[in-house]
Amino acid sequence: MTSRRVFLKSGSIALLTLGFAPSFLARTAEAAGTRKKLLITVFQRGAVDGLNMVVPFGESDYYRARPSIAIARPAKTDGAIDLNGFFGLHPRMAAFKPLWDRGELAIVHACGSHDTTRSHFDAQDYMESATPGVKSTRDGWLNRYLTASAKAADPEGHNPLRAVALTQQMPRSLQGPAPALAMGSSADFAIRDIGAATSFESIYAAAKDSTLHGTAEEAFEAMRTLSKKTGGAYQPANGASYPRSPFGQALQEIARLAKSDVGLEIAFAESTQWDHHANEGAANGQIGNRLDDLSRSIAALAQDLGERMADTVILTMSEFGRAVAENGSGGTDHGHGNAMFLIGGAVKGREVYGKWPGLAAEQRYEGRDLAVTTDFRDVFSEAVVNHLGADTATAARVFPGYAVNKTAFRGVLRA
Amino acid sequence: MFTRFLAVVSLVFLAATGGPLRAGAPATVPNDERAVVHALNRLTFGPRPGDVERVKAMGLAAWIEQQLAPSHIDDSGLDARLAHLETLELDSKTIATEYAGPAMRERRERQLSGTGNREPGAGNPSTSLRAGREPMSDAQRKAREVIADIEQAKLLRAVYSERQLEEVLVDFWFNHFNVFAGKGATRNYVGEYEREAIRPFVFGRFRDLLEATAKSPAMLFYLDNWQSADPHAVDQRRRLKPSPSTNPLMEGRGFSPGQRTPKGINENYARELMELHTLGVDGGYTQQDIVNVARAFTGWTIRPRQGSGFLFAAQMHDNGEKTVLGHVIKAGGVNDGMQVLDILAAHPSTAHFIASKLATRFVSDNPPASLVDRAAARFTAAKGNLREVVRTIITSPEFFSPDAYRAKVKTPLEFVASAVRTTGAEVRNALPLARELREQGMPLYFCQPPTGYDDKASTWVSSGALVSRMNFAVKLGDNALPGVRVPNANKQLAVTIGSPEFQRR
Repeated sequence: MTSRRVFLKSGSIALLTLGFAPSFLARTAEAAGTRKKLLITVFQRGAVDGLNMVVPFGESDYYRARPSIAIARPAKTDGAIDLNGFFGLHPRMAAFKPLWDRGELAIVHACGSHDTTRSHFDAQDYMESATPGVKSTRDGWLNRYLTASAKAADPEGHNPLRAVALTQQMPRSLQGPAPALAMGSSADFAIRDIGAATSFESIYAAAKDSTLHGTAEEAFEAMRTLSKKTGGAYQPANGASYPRSPFGQALQEIARLAKSDVGLEIAFAESTQWDHHANEGAANGQIGNRLDDLSRSIAALAQDLGERMADTVILTMSEFGRAVAENGSGGTDHGHGNAMFLIGGAVKGREVYGKWPGLAAEQRYEGRDLAVTTDFRDVFSEAVVNHLGADTATAARVFPGYAVNKTAFRGVLRA
Repeated sequence: MFTRFLAVVSLVFLAATGGPLRAGAPATVPNDERAVVHALNRLTFGPRPGDVERVKAMGLAAWIEQQLAPSHIDDSGLDARLAHLETLELDSKTIATEYAGPAMRERRERQLSGTGNREPGAGNPSTSLRAGREPMSDAQRKAREVIADIEQAKLLRAVYSERQLEEVLVDFWFNHFNVFAGKGATRNYVGEYEREAIRPFVFGRFRDLLEATAKSPAMLFYLDNWQSADPHAVDQRRRLKPSPSTNPLMEGRGFSPGQRTPKGINENYARELMELHTLGVDGGYTQQDIVNVARAFTGWTIRPRQGSGFLFAAQMHDNGEKTVLGHVIKAGGVNDGMQVLDILAAHPSTAHFIASKLATRFVSDNPPASLVDRAAARFTAAKGNLREVVRTIITSPEFFSPDAYRAKVKTPLEFVASAVRTTGAEVRNALPLARELREQGMPLYFCQPPTGYDDKASTWVSSGALVSRMNFAVKLGDNALPGVRVPNANKQLAVTIGSPEFQRR
């Protein structure tokens, strides 16, 4: 049922199944060369337990370290969803399996930061600034991308709808000088009283307070665009059904914006409550419920975007992983390496990328955590270069202190 | 440039006071209108009509001293407004057994009969979508009343308390020692937590505040320490295991049938105790320190089902010797944890971290190092006396410097409370204001991460947040918030509240 999707891959039409009129396909082919790429980033705040999300069921050390919370091997009751005979998805992530089967979903495992911090706050800050260990960085990596690529992508340089976070607060990733928008939903993003709106716009335009002046200017411009190009009840396409959770609703807003021709290139959403120090659960319980929401929401977005997924990459991240061994309360304490998902038309899917370091005690980071074998910036920079189409000089401005190098790419995205 | 300017300002103050600055020397406090407005913006939730004149007549220095010793300030007006909030003064045992328990049992029954939603009580009511559910039962309404009452109380205090600096500090310290009411049994404890672990200590000693939070059921539950046990003590631990069949509070959060009995430490509290409560993230601790601090706190526990207070369970405690920040801990029993609190409270990193955070709240997002250093020195010299540290900051030349004036962007709470105060509105029901705070991204008592809410402009200035604030201003100007009555409401009022100037304090 979820396979009714058309993808353009490597310039050729890969397959056509039910669900689309031929004219739709023609338009897709025509537009593919010119249409803007879209990168949707998803932050799993709180440090998801990557070892229970993408389960290394081929490791006996995994089961030894987690007597009460390990995900069983495939074929067992509540077992992992087998991907390649060694890794499996958490059983509540069945919504991702069709994406994997169609080659639209890839995983980078044992991925993360080489910085040693196990502080949520610092690690999120480092991942979103993409400068691990450097606290003085003022802007986020996505904002630096907007600035570095502004000439080509947004010649006038002030479309605030080029980058939108579906969060009430501007995430660190998008903070910085380039225009960007943070909003709870497009429906709430309007001032009901037209007279007051006019007054507000003029007093903010006259304000010397540069922070508030600039933010308000972007807000009013975005409100005008949104009232022209969106509005009315939104009906997801292709039978997609989003969970009613805050995360599901945020992704639905992203789909609405992506389809409404407002110039969206970067979108951001966050999924919260991953800090499972106690009673994490295995197949069921807390982590299962969260992964169910995560995977069904993202799968709905992919289904809803339909052929637009050919130009889209969804990238998930979380600040660090969790300890290999469960702790004293059926949970996991802060760890190191983690897993990321990449979903979309440019993804070389059906593959778990990265060098697997193993889970034996001597293979662990500091004797306790999954080691990091892929710097998260290898993945971020590959998305910027191979997906968004930046050249390496532009990408270098996005990742200060890191040598952008195509040979470091994991090859997870088609150029 | 900035620091040179500041140096000049300091010199002016030095000249005016005729000598080196001493902490608490009231002579440094000016009394001009601008200074009074500034102080009211920082030390209260915003000036009410008439406040500026009142403070000027009294003298700013005297008013500050009065606010620093709030027990002498009559607050009977506020007390009368809080009197109808029936659950406010209840102990957590009553709340657990008479309010939360019945609702949980009812939901569990519905769940078993297949009519309830799948994950009762696990979500954050501020963000869960409630549409499409059956109407609330009496038991559920009663359970929600507990949270509604503390939300109302917080807003009523912010708007109406005469002890404004105390309210500002209660907000500051609750946020510093944040707990999240959306996590299981924490919600039963959160009112008691603010009342007994935070409020009594905001002008007291930091060490006492730290211990009160460390032993508070809210913190023990929220940061999981109640389940942290010596791995070798597993057999004894089993006796404390709550019975799953009679444990409605632990639904979805506690032990479930067939699950192994927990054994071993949980590092969550130990880490946040050092990173967020005392030393600061760069305060000089290691992962090994975290493990040893966690060992020291094994056995600090509660029985959430009964809504119990702090218990020390000797059979869960790891009595082995531990080294924390170079100190050998071998006090044994509950004193291991107490010794860790002594070490942390007296550590220079803690003095600096607390001074810096308070200066960020009261002065600017990047407070001058000179001020932070002085406040930290005061913290150490006064043995963690928080009244002294606060006085040092709020009577400092840096506090009154032009750089600090309007330098802070209001948080949503500060924005909403100051708007209501400046209009002189009559609040009969504060829940619509609490809802506004959720929309502006600051649900009261529902900040999920242990960091609490950020206090800086970069967090609170966003397009979405500004639009929410403008819409709130329009509603206030139209008298469209039920339960909130603004005298002489008009469009101009909305424009003032929504203006750039009003977003700063």
